[in-house]
Amino acid sequence: MNVVVCVKQVPDPNSVGRLDPTTHNLKRDGVEVVLDPGDEFGIEAGLQLAEAHGGQVTVVSMGPEKGLDAIRKALAMGAAKGVLVTDPALAGADALTTAKVLAAAIRREGFDLVIAATESTDGYTGVVPQAVAEYLGVPAVTFAKAIESDGSTLKVRRQTEAGYDRVEADLPAVVSVTAGVNEPRYPSLKGIMAAKSKPVDRLTVADLGLGAVSARQTIVSVVPAEERAAGEIVEDDGTGAHRVVEFLASRKVI
Amino acid sequence: MALNRVWVFAEVLDGQPITAALELLTKARSLGDTVEAVCLSPEAGSAAAALGAHGATTVYAGTDAAYADLLLGGPGADALAALAGQHSPDLILFPTTYSSRDIAGRLAAKLDVPVISNGLDVGVDGGITVGSSIFGASQMVGTRFEDARPAIALIRPKSFAAEPSGGGAPTIVPIELPIADQHRAARVVERVVDKATGPKLEEAPVVISGGRGLGDPKNFALLEELASLVGGAVGASRAVVDAGWVPYAMQVGQTGKTVKPTVYIAVGISGAMQHTVGMKGAKNIVAINKDAEAPIFKLADLGIVGDGLKVVGQVIEELKARQG
Repeated sequence: MNVVVCVKQVPDPNSVGRLDPTTHNLKRDGVEVVLDPGDEFGIEAGLQLAEAHGGQVTVVSMGPEKGLDAIRKALAMGAAKGVLVTDPALAGADALTTAKVLAAAIRREGFDLVIAATESTDGYTGVVPQAVAEYLGVPAVTFAKAIESDGSTLKVRRQTEAGYDRVEADLPAVVSVTAGVNEPRYPSLKGIMAAKSKPVDRLTVADLGLGAVSARQTIVSVVPAEERAAGEIVEDDGTGAHRVVEFLASRKVI
Repeated sequence: MALNRVWVFAEVLDGQPITAALELLTKARSLGDTVEAVCLSPEAGSAAAALGAHGATTVYAGTDAAYADLLLGGPGADALAALAGQHSPDLILFPTTYSSRDIAGRLAAKLDVPVISNGLDVGVDGGITVGSSIFGASQMVGTRFEDARPAIALIRPKSFAAEPSGGGAPTIVPIELPIADQHRAARVVERVVDKATGPKLEEAPVVISGGRGLGDPKNFALLEELASLVGGAVGASRAVVDAGWVPYAMQVGQTGKTVKPTVYIAVGISGAMQHTVGMKGAKNIVAINKDAEAPIFKLADLGIVGDGLKVVGQVIEELKARQG
């Protein structure tokens, strides 16, 4: 089973993000960037399926040259090949543009299954996997919290508001995975060494045969959100619990 | 300047539209001259009255029984694309739910129009602008659609209050488009409803959420006990969901649920931006954390610097004593 996993290099989720004041694009300089922690679950899911059914995992990413680090980490975990689409024309790309570019790169590789995180940790639009599926003309089984496959069909537990759906889908398909779907492996030293010699294709928008790409939405305002008024912070001297109970009573919830 | 026609996609649960759809209809009334709903469910007929009462004058209803057994993304995008071609809505609003995200993403690709996600507000000001928060709700961003129509926006639940319009029964227009065979490649073989004992996370008056500071997954049982005493629900930070302690369904935050309870109690949660975006709209916030420097205290109306497990244990004892 050949699996393509979409990955993204994002600002460290533990750092404070900033926007460029003039372009309103995410400021990437001086910010620690990491493989999106949510993507590790997709890479792990892909590796497990490829290990069980043969085939290999290819990781596809769109972003600045720095995105190579995210691809290298995926390769160190066990992916066989990387593809990075990097092009100045893609700066500030919206969800639809991102999906269009990823789908074109995925189609070029060929696939039985495409795996992506349900959303990225920085932009979190949460619609890219679905749009990729539409461009590829395959079903999107989204919000997977468990995946199994016999090699030709998929069995997925899909998160719902009420619980979960058991979904069966024919391949090829796109699956989006939630955090916690598995336990991502750590790259081994051997894996890290091997990753250095694995192939990585670098592509531009023109290489993908796409015409002009541009976001058709514009950030028109950025303002600080309203701050909450400061509250009462106390050291627990043994009366902390009583204070909490009094607070609950004063707000009439007990 | 109002838009000519605004649509709301309305999911149906147990024969009624979900609350988030009624919230969007309420908002849509201030945006457009004509407000209509699209509903794909065998139960669309029974849901129509509530949609009308919240401002939809027409409900486009797809009642094929298969809508109950398929993932809605593919067939939903087909149906909406065909309807949009006939009726030219200016704006289609979706609530940020699992199925609506599936439809909105595919619909954007199908129509080649942009989609803006995670909206907290939407306004018409010479264009259509969606307000959303970034960086853990520390900043509000307004994003305007350029000319392509329809504009597609996903709006987070609880962004607006649902208020009846006094409108009557809507006109029901059946959707005749058959479901394409290709969408049967993915089938729902069983819908499993979690046996939740208390109120839902999004509806509970009190939400008690746990994070890494709880130390061990089994300590969530203590939060459950507190929740059952106050009629509340238990949530979690992303860190403990990622670590596999509790299911994704319990996650509160940017990539999880948005809650606005009367009281939110954060136990052992540092207050990473990822989390606070999902709970800073709570009316009251209580934080219990060992680390006096934890950012969660900046949001707290009452902050206890101390051991979360110990404090929660004592709260439970005191509540039991009060309840006799």
